[in-house]
Amino acid sequence: MIYQGRVYIFGNDINTDEIIPARYLNTSDPKVLAKYCMEDARPGFAQNVEPGSIMVAGNNFGCGSSREHAPISIKESGIACVAAASFARIFFRNAVNIGLPIVECPALVNRVKEGEELQINLEEGAITLPSGEIITIPPFPAFMQAIISKGGWLSYLTSG
Amino acid sequence: MAENTRGMTLTEKILAAKAEVERVIPGDFVELEPDLGLGNDITAPMAIAEFHKAGGTRVKYPERVYLVPDHFTPNKDILSAEQVKILREFAVEQPGTHFFEQGEVGVEHALLPEIGAVHPGMLIIGADSHTCTYGALGAFATGVGSTDLAGFFLTGKAWFKIPASIKAVFKGKPDPWTTGKDLILYLIGKLSVSGATYKAIEFSGPAIDDLSVESRLTMANMAIEAGAKNGIFAADQKVKDFLKDTPAGSNPDFEILRADEDAHYERVVELDVGGLPPQIALPNLPENTCSVEEAEGIPIDQVVIGSCTNGRIEDLRESAKIMKGKKISKGVRCIILPATVKVYRQAMDEGLFTIFLDAGAIISPPTCGPCLGGHMGILAAGERCVSTTNRNFVGRMGHRESEIYLASPATAAATAVTGTITTPREVMDRNERSS
Ligand code: SF4
Repeated sequence: MIYQGRVYIFGNDINTDEIIPARYLNTSDPKVLAKYCMEDARPGFAQNVEPGSIMVAGNNFGCGSSREHAPISIKESGIACVAAASFARIFFRNAVNIGLPIVECPALVNRVKEGEELQINLEEGAITLPSGEIITIPPFPAFMQAIISKGGWLSYLTSG
Repeated sequence: MAENTRGMTLTEKILAAKAEVERVIPGDFVELEPDLGLGNDITAPMAIAEFHKAGGTRVKYPERVYLVPDHFTPNKDILSAEQVKILREFAVEQPGTHFFEQGEVGVEHALLPEIGAVHPGMLIIGADSHTCTYGALGAFATGVGSTDLAGFFLTGKAWFKIPASIKAVFKGKPDPWTTGKDLILYLIGKLSVSGATYKAIEFSGPAIDDLSVESRLTMANMAIEAGAKNGIFAADQKVKDFLKDTPAGSNPDFEILRADEDAHYERVVELDVGGLPPQIALPNLPENTCSVEEAEGIPIDQVVIGSCTNGRIEDLRESAKIMKGKKISKGVRCIILPATVKVYRQAMDEGLFTIFLDAGAIISPPTCGPCLGGHMGILAAGERCVSTTNRNFVGRMGHRESEIYLASPATAAATAVTGTITTPREVMDRNERSS
């Protein structure tokens, strides 16, 4: 699992109301949700995002509501991976459950700028900065790795 | 002390009992069978779709499933109506599940305690972040996502990481106008919006023992606003009395658990709330708190009194106390949303509606409505709202350039009367001066 792409930078405490405002939650259609991704954090984001890009954010990304619509809208918008200094608990859980790759890495903040290229290698636990410098990231706990390797919580449950 | 000999926090005790093990250690992962799983009109349709997609035909424990369409109801548009229809049809397809509509429905986290669905010691998941509300009754309750709910439908199970606990001890006698809402805002201001991420907050101390169950529900409700996994209070006689009044729980049989004396807390936060005045959270995060006095004089356009945080009868009584015999300031819209049908009827029978209507407020049917910017009172660009809800994020109640100030019902009502942010005391003192 290697993700390489252009970086979009977001700040601290980006909440799920900014990721996908509640006014669009009268549907669960991923394609519709993707159209409004990040609308209240950065208007116009969904219209311009390059597929395969990487989102980099500060602390407490995804705080607020439990809406799985938030990671789904990010995944469907074409973002390949989200790296943040820290994630809010339910967002983290939902991302694992639906198979959106996420990386917790406090050391990344301020080391990469908007528009630069980043490479994230989840297997080796390494992030390659634009300078070529490599930051190592701790592996996921075994239990979560098992969920992800089965393709999400439901397949984990049903695969026995 | 070694991890395997020390005592357990209240959260650890409940999880150990559910796991049927001697003890649990923070950081461990466990798969457990929750006693209750909740979904609403936003999160359940996704869970139902995933349940079917995974080949599900029968819900494992239908009697443990609660489906509460409360966010966009009464259905605000065709898409919302379609979402609720999915819940309704699922409830028919899965007999035994609990589905609430029309004259039965209410804001989920006000409804479930009211009907006696929640007891101390229960393990509860809900596809809604404010599921943590039920910790007020001594349950372990936490918000999850739709996939978790689908897994619960399918197998009756959910996964948990055992959280470390933070003990928040409240001491002293606050100002008489300070409520549970003010205490929780004060705590969030101290902890920050991520200060309790992944953690359990255990509320205790003499100031907590003095609180009503309703005020505790308000506090547990907002544990998530500090990032917590759950908020919990040890059940006491007040909880027992509260449950006696509920239809399903007229004779609840439960063991009252308490934390061990030698339980290990990752952090103990002591708060001296002696004389603490009412608090308010300024835009755009619940951690931006200060005393209401410090924010006094800011002009506002709208006041919302309701939600799972503060839409219960005690909240409406407090608001009515302030509004009685007064008029809402010209140019301010004041929307009151009783959280459930029972609260609605109580408020009506007690004459509170007359007070509100005489003052010039609008009374909405029970719904989440404006709390999440759904309907029933959306803000335009540049508008300011004082709200008794729990989140003041950018765009939460409408336009991304609108502003939300979070406060108690008494502060919200006082503000509605003057048109600028005002302490309850100020309005009551004026009353005396003029009489
Ligand atoms: S009242 Fe607001 S916070 Fe509570 S469940 Fe409804 S939308 Fe969520």
